[in-house]
Amino acid sequence: MNRILVIAEQLAGKLNVSTAKCVSCASTIPDAEIDVAVLAANAAEAPAQAAALAPVKRVLVVERAENGEALAALLAPQIAALARNGYTHVLGPSTTFGKDLMPRVAALLDVGQVSDLMAVESAHRFRRPVYASNAVVTVEAPADRIVVATVRTASFQPAAGGGAAAIERARLDVPLPGYTRFVGREGGNADRPDLQTAPRVVSGGRALGSADNFQLIHRLAAALGAAVGASRAAVDAGYAPNDLQVGQTGKIIAPELYIALGISGAIQHLTGIKDARTIVAINKDGEAPIFEIADIGLVGDLFQIVPELERLIRAPA
Amino acid sequence: MTTILVGIKRVIDYSVRVRVKPDGSGVVTDGVKMSINPFDEIALEEALRIKERNLASEIIAVSIGPADAQQQLRTALAMGADRAVLVQADGAVPPLSAAKAFLKLVQRHQPLLVILGKQAIDDDNCQTGQMLAALWDRPQATFASKIELEGARARVTREVDAGLETIDMDLPGVITTDLRLNEPRYVKLPDIMKAKKKPLDVVTLAELGVEVPAHGLRTLRFEAPAARSRGVMVHDAAELVAALKQRGVL
Repeated sequence: MNRILVIAEQLAGKLNVSTAKCVSCASTIPDAEIDVAVLAANAAEAPAQAAALAPVKRVLVVERAENGEALAALLAPQIAALARNGYTHVLGPSTTFGKDLMPRVAALLDVGQVSDLMAVESAHRFRRPVYASNAVVTVEAPADRIVVATVRTASFQPAAGGGAAAIERARLDVPLPGYTRFVGREGGNADRPDLQTAPRVVSGGRALGSADNFQLIHRLAAALGAAVGASRAAVDAGYAPNDLQVGQTGKIIAPELYIALGISGAIQHLTGIKDARTIVAINKDGEAPIFEIADIGLVGDLFQIVPELERLIRAPA
Repeated sequence: MTTILVGIKRVIDYSVRVRVKPDGSGVVTDGVKMSINPFDEIALEEALRIKERNLASEIIAVSIGPADAQQQLRTALAMGADRAVLVQADGAVPPLSAAKAFLKLVQRHQPLLVILGKQAIDDDNCQTGQMLAALWDRPQATFASKIELEGARARVTREVDAGLETIDMDLPGVITTDLRLNEPRYVKLPDIMKAKKKPLDVVTLAELGVEVPAHGLRTLRFEAPAARSRGVMVHDAAELVAALKQRGVL
């Protein structure tokens, strides 16, 4: 049997959807028994949300004041201690939370890490992207060592609900370092749908020309109930904040509908969207590389097309 | 002496369209332009700026890789690093082994800071900095977009999924760089000439006492990714809405 420990990502006692995707990935490992670890100061709703995921056997809750913010240096020794209780695999999401944390866990366990796991071929054989997804490699981890991996969340659907796993408190006597302290967090906007989980995303590029013009993107997104994204060029130009950046160096997303407005389609941007179900591109340059992967393309002037599109979408059918 | 160690990885240049070899053994590297990993250039630039503010006195550029990585180290010296160390290794060096090699150099040079790129654009692993911090038992600040040094502390702003996060870390420690930390300087010709006289030491991975485990994570094969096919073109907003409705996404 393979015993899998999934490290939950939570904020203020609410589970991030990346956890359900990691559980979904874990359930593709043959003969898997899946536990989820929730580390928090006050886990609140997160354990119950994890216990409701159908493939989960057990939820381990580690509550301690130092776990109030997700600091890798503090979480890693606790996770390494949990992992040593006979687990064969430890999985975390390939979000900034997991990317920061999991290599620290792997090093404490003296094993390599499989980053951005996109498919499971067997308990120790996995596929992952390299070279900005210009190649996919198959890697094999040693069968006699614990596997530590981050899961590429865009490659998995969230696990189904309806489960009722046991919730247990875990007590860990692990000394924690005091050399890292959380100061603050800014950004994020609770009013708009979350970019990483929204079924629809509208993104703008450098062609918008200014932060004012970028409001066009926000208005169309509002009409569609969509999240807002941006290309790296638009973020670098200051039209949109960094947490909206979509692409290899920003967020990798897989919405049902992705609308790219004034985005030429640099390879690093395409890497972030190629798992989207339907990609729409509107650009004045008909030769833009974005059209090579778009399902529906429209060549023309954004400043005419987008307001018209917004009007048609808002119009009663 | 206040030292900063900076990691410099030799990778296929970011502008090259990478192609998988037909036999699946790797990617095509013959005649392909090689460069410093872009995130590592940002790491070096940040170290140079810290030194220019007189908060550090020496910058050591470290590469772990083939003999040819001396080219990238010479570029790092031309940018302004004071000296360079090549930890020579044939074949791929996995992040855990790279972190162990950095730890040996940390023990030797006692740096205030180790600044690494957040990931290399070849294997996209995003691991070495965090692993080094774990083995060293020191703080880490990954994905840095702003670094403020105040004595034996650093305040680092990090680019995270939720926006920006700020943490304080006691030094020494490890920082990994994100894109918006700075814009690296261009190398000037006289600096390239000067760089030829700067010290560049070569030591092998084995001499450092680090090995690449024979029984570690193995790469079995490379494949080209599944391609998306080109779709349809529409002519105006009304046709677009109709096409979206037809696909059932609107």
